[in-house]
Amino acid sequence: MTLLAVEDLRIDLTAGGISHAAVDSVSFEIARGETFGLVGESGCGKTITALAVMGLLPQPLAIGGGKVRFDGRAIESLDADEMRRLRGKRLAMIFQEPMTALNPLLPVGRQIAEMFILHEGASWRDAERRAVEMLARVRVSAPERRARDYPHQLSGGMRQRVMIAIALACSPDLLIADEPTTALDVTVQSEMVDLMRDLCVANGTAILMISHDLGLVGSMCRTVGVMYAGRLVEVRSSADVFKSAAHPYTRGLVASLPRLGSRAAIGQQRLQEISGVVPSIADFPPGCRFHPRCDRLTDVCRTVAPGVTALAGNGRVRCHHHG
Amino acid sequence: MADEAGQSHLGLHLPLNREGRIAEGDPGRDREPRDLTLSRSAARTDPGSGPGQALPLSAGGEGAQSSNAIAQADEAALLEVKDLVVEFQIAGPFLGIGGGTRVLHAVSGVDLTVRAGECLGLVGESGCGKTTVALSILGLVPATRGAITIDGMEIGSRGSIDRRRLARTVQMVFQDPYASLNPRQTVRRTLVDPLRLHGTTNAGEIEDRMADMLRRVGLTGDHADRYPHEFSGGQRQRIGIARALILRPKLVLCDEPVSALDVSIRAQIINLLLELKESLGLSYIMISHDLGVVEHMSDRVAVMYLGRIVETGDWRAIFERPGHPYTRGLIAAIPDVFAPAGVAADKVRGEIPSPFDPPAGCAFHPRCPIAVDQCRAPPGPELRRLGTAHEVSCWRAS
Repeated sequence: MTLLAVEDLRIDLTAGGISHAAVDSVSFEIARGETFGLVGESGCGKTITALAVMGLLPQPLAIGGGKVRFDGRAIESLDADEMRRLRGKRLAMIFQEPMTALNPLLPVGRQIAEMFILHEGASWRDAERRAVEMLARVRVSAPERRARDYPHQLSGGMRQRVMIAIALACSPDLLIADEPTTALDVTVQSEMVDLMRDLCVANGTAILMISHDLGLVGSMCRTVGVMYAGRLVEVRSSADVFKSAAHPYTRGLVASLPRLGSRAAIGQQRLQEISGVVPSIADFPPGCRFHPRCDRLTDVCRTVAPGVTALAGNGRVRCHHHG
Repeated sequence: MADEAGQSHLGLHLPLNREGRIAEGDPGRDREPRDLTLSRSAARTDPGSGPGQALPLSAGGEGAQSSNAIAQADEAALLEVKDLVVEFQIAGPFLGIGGGTRVLHAVSGVDLTVRAGECLGLVGESGCGKTTVALSILGLVPATRGAITIDGMEIGSRGSIDRRRLARTVQMVFQDPYASLNPRQTVRRTLVDPLRLHGTTNAGEIEDRMADMLRRVGLTGDHADRYPHEFSGGQRQRIGIARALILRPKLVLCDEPVSALDVSIRAQIINLLLELKESLGLSYIMISHDLGVVEHMSDRVAVMYLGRIVETGDWRAIFERPGHPYTRGLIAAIPDVFAPAGVAADKVRGEIPSPFDPPAGCAFHPRCPIAVDQCRAPPGPELRRLGTAHEVSCWRAS
């Protein structure tokens, strides 16, 4: 059953009277309990797509077209109060830098307890007890003592655990995780990913994960959407992305990163490069936005934006010369 | 001007964060060490630095028990670090009041060797001391104990350093190309100043060397009169590399050279670094947490944990037959869709302990999945031979 449906979403960035489509024609669906990853480089629009889902787009960004439906209801039709009740309760978000997302003046236990007070009308006494339980569930040792700690007293990994505890306190239907492990060491990242996955499976929470790291998203999510310059260029199952990527950009991403074990298999070869640079929002190229960097470029790519082609295994791609 | 800038480094103030680690991304750390520079005669010819040749590690003969023994027997080493110890005195909790000073053990007895033409990968979590080792080699952090010899030059714990000669021997490529270039200097000045400071006076030669270096890093003469903000991240890193190489150093320390770049740009910079290593006969120390990059680029690898090297060896040994549970944990932590099922058992839990108070015995024991009583009691394990060109400090590795 579809939990989140993003349909033909466009997000406009208006500056100096000129509008640029920072996100354009983005469509994807997430079923209940599913894990979906959005991958792309800085500026590709993955974070603002997530913010649009949360109803948190900052000025000067605004939804310019399309729909975001959460559990069948268009979020544009909700007023601010309804949206606020949804956020935190049924839609939760984890941010990249836990230090800036936590309140430095409150003990972390209290910040978790607030969730139960605001969304479930619990008493403080009850909420504080449940906050300690949440800390135990995110595998914080000595949770009673840790609940009284302030964010600055915790390590980076511990803070991100607190963020996960806050996000999952009310057993949301959808957890949006925006680069949740970028600031962490690989060993801690691996623990966080396992923790999020275990808790979400236990609760039936769907995950929308956002990252620049294709390997991370691939290992965490069942389905991967690859964004480039504001468009979703390929949606595939994780295994298919690595085995048979259809879009030249996806293929380039997969091939350009040295993967562990590849040197033993094929030797110290020159890595396949994606030439050129990531375009900025103000000058996205016409036609296919990847065409200036593409190795399969033909005339049609310069002028006509490619439509969506369905692929085997529920995949789809936007490319004139996919495959 | 060089002296003035040099002062700021001699009286180096390292920004330490709450855990006593050197703050990441701090401009104070990323400042260019261009002040470490002066005259160098023309192109060097170095017969020992054939492109990309990986010399065998086992120069120490049979039964060499420590890397010390290996290092002593190795005459061809470009860089030798012996028993390096770096400790920082950190003032008490509040303005130094109440608590006195505490000692932060950043590096606790590290031996390293880099041969001409070789790339040594240095890996470990943040706070393990890998950047401190690099700063010591650059003479930017005084060693508490131990000896560092680069190309026959001693960088002793308290001895005076010939910084100009050092700058012509070793240079650094920094992580963040946005923070490590002077925004008010054109590319030309960034590249030409070191040449002038090091005694190249002929304007034609200066221009030629600048143009040559720009071409080598994939830029053109047109780029010379632009400022850093006019470039993309990948191009800025190319400028950072040109700056590091303009004095033709023998050893280049690369501290996470691609982790701040867009994913699609990283391959370009990795390829460039490997090409330059070949064409200029450079040696690298590649500091990175990205094991894929380290495996791709390194001839040998050293794994650091809490200020010590816990495993070192030929890249194949490290990645195909990792002996230390920490190395196995680092490898298991890399997300991979096709990871074999058994890998999860190697995962490491918890976080790196405080370098103020390292655990007794083997420093890794609180996180180790296979620790036994022996690991928890002093003395901790020393590096011992595990195979050809492979050493590990673990009681249980076999």
